[in-house]
Amino acid sequence: MFHRRLCVLWMLICILTVSAGSAKALDVKVLYLERQLERPPVLSTLDAHPDDLGRAGAELALYENTATARFLGHTYTLDTVIIAPDENFGDVMREALADGHRLIVAHAPAEDLLALADHADAQDALIINGSAPDDSLRRDACRANLLHTMPSRSMLTDALAQFLVKKRWTDWLLIAGEGPGDSEYAAALRASANKFNAKIVGEKIWRFDADMRRNAAQEVPIFTQGVDYDAVLVADEIGDWARYVLYNTWLPRPVAGTEGITPLAWSPVVEQWGAAQLQKRFTDATGRGMRSEDYAVWAALRTIGEAVTRTKSADPKTLREYMLSENFELAAFKGRKATFRHWNGQMRQPIPLVHPRALVAQAPIEGYLHQVSELDTLGQDEPETNCNAFRN
Amino acid sequence: MRFLIPAALSTCFTVPAIAAEAWVTNEKDDTVSVIDIETQEVIHTYETGERPRGITFSRDFSRLYICASDSDTVQVMDPDTGKILHELPSGEDPEQFALHPDDRLLYIANEDDAITTVVDTKDRKVVAQIQVGIEPEGMAVSHSGTIAITTSETTNMAHWIDTDTHELFANTLVDSRPRHAEFTADDSQLWVTSEIGGTITVFTVEDQEEIGKIEFAIKGVRQERVQPVGMRFSPDGKLAIVALGPSNHIAVVDAKTFEVKKYILVGRRVWHLAFSPDGKSIFTTNGVSGDVTVVDMDSLQAVKTIKVGRYPWGVAVRP
Repeated sequence: MFHRRLCVLWMLICILTVSAGSAKALDVKVLYLERQLERPPVLSTLDAHPDDLGRAGAELALYENTATARFLGHTYTLDTVIIAPDENFGDVMREALADGHRLIVAHAPAEDLLALADHADAQDALIINGSAPDDSLRRDACRANLLHTMPSRSMLTDALAQFLVKKRWTDWLLIAGEGPGDSEYAAALRASANKFNAKIVGEKIWRFDADMRRNAAQEVPIFTQGVDYDAVLVADEIGDWARYVLYNTWLPRPVAGTEGITPLAWSPVVEQWGAAQLQKRFTDATGRGMRSEDYAVWAALRTIGEAVTRTKSADPKTLREYMLSENFELAAFKGRKATFRHWNGQMRQPIPLVHPRALVAQAPIEGYLHQVSELDTLGQDEPETNCNAFRN
Repeated sequence: MRFLIPAALSTCFTVPAIAAEAWVTNEKDDTVSVIDIETQEVIHTYETGERPRGITFSRDFSRLYICASDSDTVQVMDPDTGKILHELPSGEDPEQFALHPDDRLLYIANEDDAITTVVDTKDRKVVAQIQVGIEPEGMAVSHSGTIAITTSETTNMAHWIDTDTHELFANTLVDSRPRHAEFTADDSQLWVTSEIGGTITVFTVEDQEEIGKIEFAIKGVRQERVQPVGMRFSPDGKLAIVALGPSNHIAVVDAKTFEVKKYILVGRRVWHLAFSPDGKSIFTTNGVSGDVTVVDMDSLQAVKTIKVGRYPWGVAVRP
């Protein structure tokens, strides 16, 4: 899968043995655990679904970690375990833990993450969530051994709200679907509207069961009639119908949310702050653009790499402590260092707002101030947290 | 050579201006802007390869080397005419480079390839390629010529290269995203800026030990935006001037005590800087605002803004 040039480099790195001086040899064993899901059908036939989504991020991060490690006498082993939709997550997970894996980068839905984090053998493990955006995992269902590099939904919708409010597009028409995650996304949008003083002037549920490719032009204008709004906010996480809302609204207004102006962890259109280099490495290796899951998994493994480099340890407890400390910093290609919130294990990071061809803006948007870090204007902040697992 | 054109010929030929010039690469315009230091105006704009970044002159200023990153080459320009004379094999995506004091070997950081390429500018041949960390960026060669340094942005190290053997003899960790390295004039210290870490790490060259860490804090500017990138020592060696990226300031640092003496507001996202030949002013490239700020070194005040191309990045001065 990896591009030839990367492979050659990779071999060079393996062969090259640079004298590590007084550095102590250290092998860091990491598990990439992915739970594959059945994808619900969507209207459009145009979307590509790469098989290596997420995993490609792990491979790139492994290459980067190893490049640093060889100067320190460290080595990395990445075991990849992929669980098919019809396989039992619990069985595979128990096996992996029995194999001694204690550093785990997970690409799995919330319920699987909790099952993993709560397993008796995982109590001394460090798990990094590189895919699930559920706010509950950062709130009352947080776990001390579970950190998150994927931004929460509320970080995404807060980022969008900051942008829309700055533009004075404060009256929103909210259209939510009934697909997986849509009601959570809509709830996050409502909370963000409340937090940043926007107003939801109308709310609709998308229940069309017709094929919108043929009649969006007739249906959507009528559907979006009747209230005055500055923007249409759509919650359609699987990408089923919202694409047909653009340019078909009754009023000439921008569309934002899961379509239109979209807040994401990452997108191939992010190019500033050295991101062009990361994008190029990724595209050279995979032949495709880097997506949010690729990025969050990449960030998870790079976080482990950075903590190992600085602490010279592979002990999950030592690494976790360092990651949550003020000394940790990850150059995350978004212009500001990424760090972790010590109260719920969420990685602080800027959120790009994009459309398919360019970056629109990057949150935190200028002017939203915070007493600790402007990045903490995105998502749940320390004073309002109900995550208790991180309290010592 | 430029100064030796006989007076008689000057009636037939246009005599190149003898005023000092600052040459600025415009990353998004694929050009260099030439600023007359006396009049502080852009007098020429020359085309280059794609995404020009690093820029430096040969010792006698008769040749200008330009890293054309996206053209995967180093271009050699005649600064008197703006003509590209030839290109040098540079390895892929050259970003920054440093010319060895022998005026012949060019040490090039190949950002996309995790390699430092050494090119003989006379034979136009690659002499060596050295495997370094990921995203090599900063390049420096000691004044004695015995040590070359590459900083790698993602590996977060300064790699120490023995210029005799072209092998690494030390790798020292610094804070996140090291961007630039400079030797002090006596080669006793190496300074490395870290963009995301927000610091400068100072090493003693003799034993590669870290002896200091310089931090920056600008009143009214978020710490996250204070990102050290380019830096230069003043000709008298007393000060270090550091470009602080999107904080839109440069810092004036006492090179002895490591104390930050002053912050000066310049243009937006300041990348690199260069002193005028007399050391009386400094020119900063401001990427986002697309201009160059001139700072007077006596008063330590910004005195002029000069519009150049889009995304000015590197700057080099010739007397």
